[in-house]
Amino acid sequence: MSENFSAALIDGSPMKEFPKDLHIPPDALRVFIELFEGPLDLLLYLVRRQNIDILEVEVAEITKQYIDYINLMEALEIDLAGEYLAMAAMLTEIKSRMLLPRVEDNEEEEDPKEELIRRLQEYEEIKCAAGVIERLPRVERDIHLLSVEKPVIEEDIPEVDVDLKEVLIAFSSVLRRVEMFSKHQVEYETLSIRDSMASILTKLNLQDGYLSFHDLFEAEYGRMEIIVNFLALMELLRESLIDLVQTEAYSEMHIKVVNTDR
Amino acid sequence: MMELEKVVGIVEAALLTADGPMQVKDLAGLFNSEEIGDRESTRVIKECLVELERKCESRSIELKRVASGYRFQVKQEYSEWVGRMLKERPPRYTRALMETLAIIVYKQPVTRGDIEELRGVSVSQNIMRTLLERGWIKVIGQKEVPGRPSLYATTKVFLDYFDLKSLSELPEISEIQELVLKETQSVENMIVQDLDLEQTPGDGIGLSQSSDEKVSESHDEQSNVVNLPLNQ
Repeated sequence: MSENFSAALIDGSPMKEFPKDLHIPPDALRVFIELFEGPLDLLLYLVRRQNIDILEVEVAEITKQYIDYINLMEALEIDLAGEYLAMAAMLTEIKSRMLLPRVEDNEEEEDPKEELIRRLQEYEEIKCAAGVIERLPRVERDIHLLSVEKPVIEEDIPEVDVDLKEVLIAFSSVLRRVEMFSKHQVEYETLSIRDSMASILTKLNLQDGYLSFHDLFEAEYGRMEIIVNFLALMELLRESLIDLVQTEAYSEMHIKVVNTDR
Repeated sequence: MMELEKVVGIVEAALLTADGPMQVKDLAGLFNSEEIGDRESTRVIKECLVELERKCESRSIELKRVASGYRFQVKQEYSEWVGRMLKERPPRYTRALMETLAIIVYKQPVTRGDIEELRGVSVSQNIMRTLLERGWIKVIGQKEVPGRPSLYATTKVFLDYFDLKSLSELPEISEIQELVLKETQSVENMIVQDLDLEQTPGDGIGLSQSSDEKVSESHDEQSNVVNLPLNQ
């Protein structure tokens, strides 16, 4: 540890060494060291503490102080980021270069001191810029945004007066649509009117062209057959193939073949 | 056609209930041509905004224009008391994070490598993640160098959060250098302040009044919709 480095002032006299038996919890000084955001920050602090222009920095002196800090941190068993050690090496290099006579022919190589000064200046700018941004009013901390509840938007459903006619029309269209899906069962007609017409004519011819109305509707015929026979009779009448005759009122009707030859 | 007064009311209601800042064109989009008449809708909306600003003069709120549009907010002078009502403390950000942010703000677009070079330490993954998650920064491309590292830039969300209309409201680097000179006279104080910050979280955070005013007073009411220059 360096001669003029004092870890603390005790009764006004600097304490140069930590008492060997004094246990300092590593965390105690960690707070202090964590104030520095890295080697540049620490270096900047050392330069500014002496209130000197960065451009006029005395590398030898600063290097000594920097290495003192590093040693202190190591003594306190604080894990040092590699960057701190790299910076120590760089400072030592600059210091040693300055002790050596300047070699003129390697001008192309960047002067590490200038490089360091440039980096320190840039870092200081950024540090201040960070301060500027930190002090900006910001949402959550300094700016409170307004939040007004949105109104409950009720959906406007108008009451409609529906005409009953409309309902019926609508319903009929529904039915029509349903119909399109209904199945058609095609069944053969068990009794044909044409067949029945033929059988009536046959019967008439067998009976000499004369038949009583009741002969066509015998009791054992089924309901369907009676209807079909009646329809066949009507059809024959319409086609003027037969004639219905009645001799007197309320007497039995007779069917006779129309004589087409006449 | 609507009375202007009613249009003003609608614009106010929209801004009060919107989830974020609204742009003039968004507000204009609320109206149909019948409601707003033959006049250019954005012009009408701007008139409304001027009127709303005037109305706010006697109130505790102000109409503020930030990067993504207009929003109502509590005036700075009342902010402290409103802050006392908050159940949760506003998030605090470390110096490392603020420095990283400052580098992205002033040097964008930058790579992680650039940030590390400037700060002299490696950038923690947490810091970048926080900045990205907050939406303050985004990847805007890759640098055409080996490894194609991502290039970071700030976003409108960042500007909104820090009450800015554009990056140009921030002091230039040259002005920062003047600030450096001013501040170096009290480096020791800065360190002490930092210590105070560590120990008393949550209080005023040494708000420097002068720099606050400088930023908020440069608020320009009349200029048009923001076009954000990413690079200054």
